[in-house]
Amino acid sequence: MQIIESGNVAAALGVKLSRAQVIAAYPITPQTPLTEKLSEIIEAGDMTAEYIPVESEHSALAICIAASSAGARSFTATSANGLLYMHEQLHWASGARLPIVMCVVNRGVGAPWTVWNDHQDSMSQRDTGWIQIYANDHQQIIDSVIKAFALAEEVMIPVMVCYDGYLLSHTYMPFDIPEATLTDSFLPPYRPAYCLDPDEPANLNTVTLSDVRTDINGVKAHGYMEIRHLLQQDMLASMDAIERVDSRFKNIFGRGGSPFIESYRSDDARFIAVGIGSLSYHLRDVVDDLRDEGISVGVMSMQLYRPFPYQAVAKALKDCQGVIVFEKALSYGYQGPVCSDIKSALYHYVGPEGSRPFVLNYILGLGGREILTKDLYEGLKLSCTTKPSSPDKPRWIGLKL
Amino acid sequence: MKDDYCRKTSHSKSGPGDAGKTGSWRILRPVIDPAVCIPAKRGTPSCYMCWLYCPDGVISRGIPPEIDYEYCKGCGICAEECPTKAIRMVEESSFIKEDT
Amino acid sequence: MHTKTNILSLPEEELVYPGNRACAGCALGIAYRIGLKALGKNTIIVVPPSCLTVLQGLYPIAATKLPCLNVTFASTAAAATGLLGALKARNRKGINVVGWAGDGGTSDIGLQSLSGACERGDNFLFVCYDNEGYMNTGVQRSGTTPIGALTANTPIKGKLQRKKDVPAIMSAHRIPYVATCSAAYPLDLYDKIKKALTYEGVKYIHIHTPCPPGWGFEPRYAVKIGKLAVETGLYELYEVENSNVRLTGASEKLMEKRRLLPARDYFRAQGRFAILTDSQIEQQQQEVNARWEAYFNTTEDPDEDTPD
Repeated sequence: MQIIESGNVAAALGVKLSRAQVIAAYPITPQTPLTEKLSEIIEAGDMTAEYIPVESEHSALAICIAASSAGARSFTATSANGLLYMHEQLHWASGARLPIVMCVVNRGVGAPWTVWNDHQDSMSQRDTGWIQIYANDHQQIIDSVIKAFALAEEVMIPVMVCYDGYLLSHTYMPFDIPEATLTDSFLPPYRPAYCLDPDEPANLNTVTLSDVRTDINGVKAHGYMEIRHLLQQDMLASMDAIERVDSRFKNIFGRGGSPFIESYRSDDARFIAVGIGSLSYHLRDVVDDLRDEGISVGVMSMQLYRPFPYQAVAKALKDCQGVIVFEKALSYGYQGPVCSDIKSALYHYVGPEGSRPFVLNYILGLGGREILTKDLYEGLKLSCTTKPSSPDKPRWIGLKL
Repeated sequence: MKDDYCRKTSHSKSGPGDAGKTGSWRILRPVIDPAVCIPAKRGTPSCYMCWLYCPDGVISRGIPPEIDYEYCKGCGICAEECPTKAIRMVEESSFIKEDT
Repeated sequence: MHTKTNILSLPEEELVYPGNRACAGCALGIAYRIGLKALGKNTIIVVPPSCLTVLQGLYPIAATKLPCLNVTFASTAAAATGLLGALKARNRKGINVVGWAGDGGTSDIGLQSLSGACERGDNFLFVCYDNEGYMNTGVQRSGTTPIGALTANTPIKGKLQRKKDVPAIMSAHRIPYVATCSAAYPLDLYDKIKKALTYEGVKYIHIHTPCPPGWGFEPRYAVKIGKLAVETGLYELYEVENSNVRLTGASEKLMEKRRLLPARDYFRAQGRFAILTDSQIEQQQQEVNARWEAYFNTTEDPDEDTPD
C-alpha cells in the first residue's frame, strides 16, 4: 500500500512489520516521532510488543541487550548524543553477538549543541562492531528496517539503520508499505540458537582471559582474542549474507538489488561523486546538470558502511579518473572517514598507466548547515576540471568564516 | 548451530574449581572434633553453624559434618562460629607428611 | 506470612560451586550461597562488574548453577527490565529476575537505571551486597563507604563524607519492599528474599557484607564483624513493607532489650578505622545513641514493666 508519511513513520512501520518483541525508547530529537509512533501503535493494540520507556539511552540499549540475550527480537532508536551515550553498550551488544536492530536518525553531536543533521554520530561509532546501513529515502528506510532484522538474526551481529535527521525523518514522501503476510514469510519469528534459560543455565559475557583455557570437560575454549577474531571474520562474511537477504527481499517485494552501493550515471563516468543518504540524491541533480555540460560524472552512494564493501567500492571507482567524496562527518585531525576508507579500498588497484584515481574530500552540512545545489555544482565542477592540489586536506563547502 | 554460536561468545558452563583446587590456599586446616561437635555427639541433625556460615559451601550438613579439603580455603569462619569450639585450626604444614 | 526458616529447613542443595575465586572469608560467599538457595533454580541473575563477577567464574567456567547475564556497570537494573520484557514476550512465566550488584554498581554508577526501573515498577528483585567500597578494583571509596574509613583513594585522612543511605533512597521510590540484611545473619537474609519474591514490582535488599582484605580484619572474623555492626546499632536490620518501617531480626531484639554494644568495639576491630580518634568514635556513638533512642521510644521499656 502506498502512503505519504514521514521517514520516522516509515521506520516505525518497518518495526511493526518486523514484529519486534521488545522496544526500548528514550526521546531525543529528531528520533522522537519514531518511538512516539511505536508507542501509539502498541497502545492502540495494533502491535504486540513490550514498549519500555527508559530513563536513558544507556538503559535503552541495556534493555535490548538483555532482551535479546533472553531470546526476544529487540529494537531501539536514537540520535546524536544518545548514540554516544550508548557507546559502551554498542561494543557490548556486538561482542555478545546479539541481533539487535537500532535506527540512528543522524544528527550532529555536541558541543556546541545542535539538533540538525550530519553524520558525525553514527560515523564515530563505526568501530563498535555493528553493521551500518544508510537509507537514502523513505522507501529505503522501511525496507532496510525489515531487512536489518533478517540480516542481524542470520549473522548474529547487531545492525544500525541510519537515516538523515529532518531531511528524511521529518519530511513527507510517498512509499510502499509491504504486505504483512509477505513480510512474515520474509522474516519468520526469531529462533535464537541459545538464550538465557533456567533449564539450560550459562553465564554470559564472563570475564575472558588473554589466553585460551580448557572448560570443565577439558575441551579447549577460546580466549578474548579468538572471540573478537570471530566477530571480525563474521563481519566480513556478513557481506554475503547482506546480498542474500537483499536478493530474497527483491524476489518478494521487487525492490533492492544494490545493498552495498548505489550508482547513478556512473558506468562511463570519468569522475564519481560519493555521498551518503539524502545527499546522494542531491548530488544526482548536480550530476545531471554537469552531464548536460558534457562533464562525464556520476554518483555513488554508500548504502553499507560497515562492513566496508571494499571490493564493490574498488570495482566501482578504480577505473575512473577522480573520486570526490562529500561528507557530513570528520575524523578530526585528518579527513572524512569515508574518504579514508575509499582511498584504502583503492590502494591495491593501479590503472594501466600506473596511476590510481585521485580522491578528494569535501566536508559540508555539519550541524545542518544548508547544502546549496550551487555550492555542490561549483565544487564538483572544479574538481572535475582542474588538477587537484593537496588532495589529503579536506575542502569545506558552505563555510562562512 | 548452537555450539557454533556459543563458541563465538563468552558462554560459561557451571562447574567446580574455577580457581583450581582452592584447598591449596589454606594455611590453617579446620579439623572437627567429633567428641565436641553437637551433631556428631548427639547423632541427630542439629547445630550446623559451620555449614550455614561456610562462604564456600565446603562443609556438609551430615553426621558428623565433613569438610571438603580439596576446596576449603581455610578462612576459619567455621572454627570461629562453632558454638562448642569443636573446630580447631591446625597448621597445614603439620599434615604435609600425612598427605604425601 | 512466611514462617521463619531454620538451619535444618534451609535447602541443602548448593547452587554455588566450591573452588570459586572469592577471597577466603568473603562474606559475599555466604550471602550469595544463601541468597541463591532462597531464589531457587528458576531464576536469571544479572551481574555488573564487581567481586561477584569474579566469584562467578572466568570463561569458560561458571561457579554458579543459575543462568547469568554479565552487563555493563551502569545497566544492571535496565538489563533486568530487558529480561522481564523478553520473558513476557516469549510467554515464559514464573522465572525470578534478579539484579545482584555491589555497592558501587548500586549506589553510584547503577543508581540511575535502578531509579528508572523503580519508577516504572518493573517486577524484579535487586540485591546490593554492600562491602562499602570498590573492592574488586582494589578498595577505593564508594558512596557507601562509611565516614572515617581508610581506602586506597582516601589513604591518609579516611573518607570525609557520610555513607549514602541507599535503602532510604529506594524507600523514597515507594517500591513495595525494601529490606536491609547482613551476611552475618543468613537465615534472616533467606527469609527476606523469600518474602521479597512475594511482592510485585521492584524489591530491594541491601546486604551488609564484611570484606576481610578491604576492611582490614582476619578472614575468620567476617561473621563476627558483621554481627558487631548490627549489635552496636551502627547498621540496622529492617524492612519497609508498603512504606511501613520496622526493625527486624537481631535489630528488633536489640530494641526490645535496649542494650547496644559500644560502637568502639566495631571500629577498633578493623584496620580501615585505624585513624579514627577516640573523640571521633565518641561522636559516632552519640549519633547511634540518638538514632536508637528514637527506636526505643516506640516500644515499652522492658525494665519498667518488670521492676527488679
